[in-house]
Amino acid sequence: MSKEIIKIEDLTREFIMGAETVRALRGISFTIKEGEFVTIMGSSGSGKSTLLNILGCLDQPTSGIYEIDGVKMKDLSKNQLATIRNEKIGFIFQSYNLLARTSALENVELPLFYNSKVSSEERRDRAIKAIEMVGLSDRKDHTPSQLSGGQQQRVAIARSLVNSPVMILADEATGNLDTKTAYEIMSIFQELNKQGITIVFVTHEPDIASFSNRTIVLKDGNIIQDKINNKVLSAAEELANLPKQDD
Amino acid sequence: MRLLNLLKIAFKAIVLNKMRTLLTMLGIIIGVASVIAMLAIGEGSKESIRETISSMGSNMITIRPGADDRGPARGSGGNVQTLTLQDYEVIKAKSELLSYITPVVNGGGQVINGSNNWPSTIYGVNPDYLNIKVVGLQSGSMFTDAEVSSASKVVIIGQTVVDNVFPDGQDPVGQMVRFNNIPFKVIGVLEEKGENTFGQDQDDVVIAPYTTVQKRILAIDYLNQIMASAISEDDAPEAVTQVTEILRSQHKLLDNVDDDFHVRSMEELISTFSSTSEMLTILLVAVASISLLIGGIGIMNIMYVSVKERTKEIGLRMAVGGKGSDILMQFLIEAILISITGGVLGVILGLGSTVFIEKFLHWPTNVALYSIIISFAVCAVTGIFFGWYPAKKASALDPITALRYE
Repeated sequence: MSKEIIKIEDLTREFIMGAETVRALRGISFTIKEGEFVTIMGSSGSGKSTLLNILGCLDQPTSGIYEIDGVKMKDLSKNQLATIRNEKIGFIFQSYNLLARTSALENVELPLFYNSKVSSEERRDRAIKAIEMVGLSDRKDHTPSQLSGGQQQRVAIARSLVNSPVMILADEATGNLDTKTAYEIMSIFQELNKQGITIVFVTHEPDIASFSNRTIVLKDGNIIQDKINNKVLSAAEELANLPKQDD
Repeated sequence: MRLLNLLKIAFKAIVLNKMRTLLTMLGIIIGVASVIAMLAIGEGSKESIRETISSMGSNMITIRPGADDRGPARGSGGNVQTLTLQDYEVIKAKSELLSYITPVVNGGGQVINGSNNWPSTIYGVNPDYLNIKVVGLQSGSMFTDAEVSSASKVVIIGQTVVDNVFPDGQDPVGQMVRFNNIPFKVIGVLEEKGENTFGQDQDDVVIAPYTTVQKRILAIDYLNQIMASAISEDDAPEAVTQVTEILRSQHKLLDNVDDDFHVRSMEELISTFSSTSEMLTILLVAVASISLLIGGIGIMNIMYVSVKERTKEIGLRMAVGGKGSDILMQFLIEAILISITGGVLGVILGLGSTVFIEKFLHWPTNVALYSIIISFAVCAVTGIFFGWYPAKKASALDPITALRYE
């Protein structure tokens, strides 16, 4: 079928905390094909965020192989990794990580500043398009402190989209949000997935996982379950079915 | 393109964080300004001390006859007659390092005005005398060269003499006094100078043309001494050597014969001055180094902390694809912009406060170019280095480590 975009083999990650060695990942292997929507689940401390950070080239594995499009990440220099992060990966953090006192639009533009192939006009156009896609056109000049949590997360999503990445990695992107907002965010992800972007989504909420077509469950640094979800729910429909709340 | 982007990023970061930028800049501004102002005050005091000392006649040179060791009984220098008017003429003609020169003959006597009298010393000199002693007249005028050649009976008197022979406060100028029973017309009164460093009353003098004193009072044809002043204080030692050579050849002294005269500059005064000014210089350097050190530490602290607290921002920038070199360049540009702007503002503030101190506190100031250059350079380099160094460290981290930094 479609090609493998992510391939990991026997991946481990150990943290040295003083005298103790914490083994966050204990030899994990899986592959993700282009166009998949994968959720990684597990309780806290199961290693799911560590795994996602490695997938996002933000962190290095202690051992094991990580390939994107057949390229071994271990062989790349720091600058080449930066280029991968810039051009192939959109990363969304649980805590948004927006630049304070900077408008939503400028936050979204940020990755393009580090891509010298993009002119300043193109940068502006693409940022506006990305911000439209997450439905925040009317808030594009607001700074993060003037936006709600859900809106900040949308800005972060727009920022991850702006470089037209092949995959988006989201670390508990709905963790801080109420159900309604979470479903709104999920419907954006499903929309992006339909456009062919691979999504890896870390969460600990089972209802979020039901919007994806594959769920990998981690426990204590090992994969304990990897199953295909045959009955993918539509976040947009679920959103409509939510009981009306008094705002 | 890439550099332009980084310039934009750096500029945005500076504008977005006005408070942080201002505080960082303030460290540099105060550092530069205080060093400039402090050195300006120091240099000003040094200059004013130099002026005070040179107004005391620090470049004065005196030539006296030497002790007579030719006969079996040695006489003191004052009794020998080896210094002549010709010597004066020759020195005046040949030495180019002297600005003023006068022959001096002096003798004691009684100044008499009616029933008042006072013992004083009369100095026979030429009009250069006032310039050599750096003294002016409080009233009247100096005698002229014509009055010197005609041996006129005119005198200038010091304040002490005025107080004693004109006790009722009348204006002495135009009055007649007698010195050793010879009538003189008072044509001027010297400015008060007070006592000199050796406790001698410098106002207890009578000054007259040397011709008059030679012929009418002392009846001598030699000179007691020759006084001169070097063009500048620095030229004084050279002038002494030159005058010595001129006099030796004038007196036809062989190489193995000692000088029959003594040439002295105000050595004591000069050495006092140079040790004072050396101390001041040391003090200045110490004060400036300490302020630079403190300013530098201040800049270092605020730069270091403000970059360190942005470690998370650095992590984010790397996470979205900024290369280590991009981050470094951004922080370097920021540090340069802040340091240079702060430095320039500091120079302006420093110069401004110097003008203020001079105008309103009336302290002498003198802005030295080196103080501007050094303080600017030290503060800018410190600012740039400590803006760059923590950024360098942060950009070497894995993005996730930098992002997790609290």
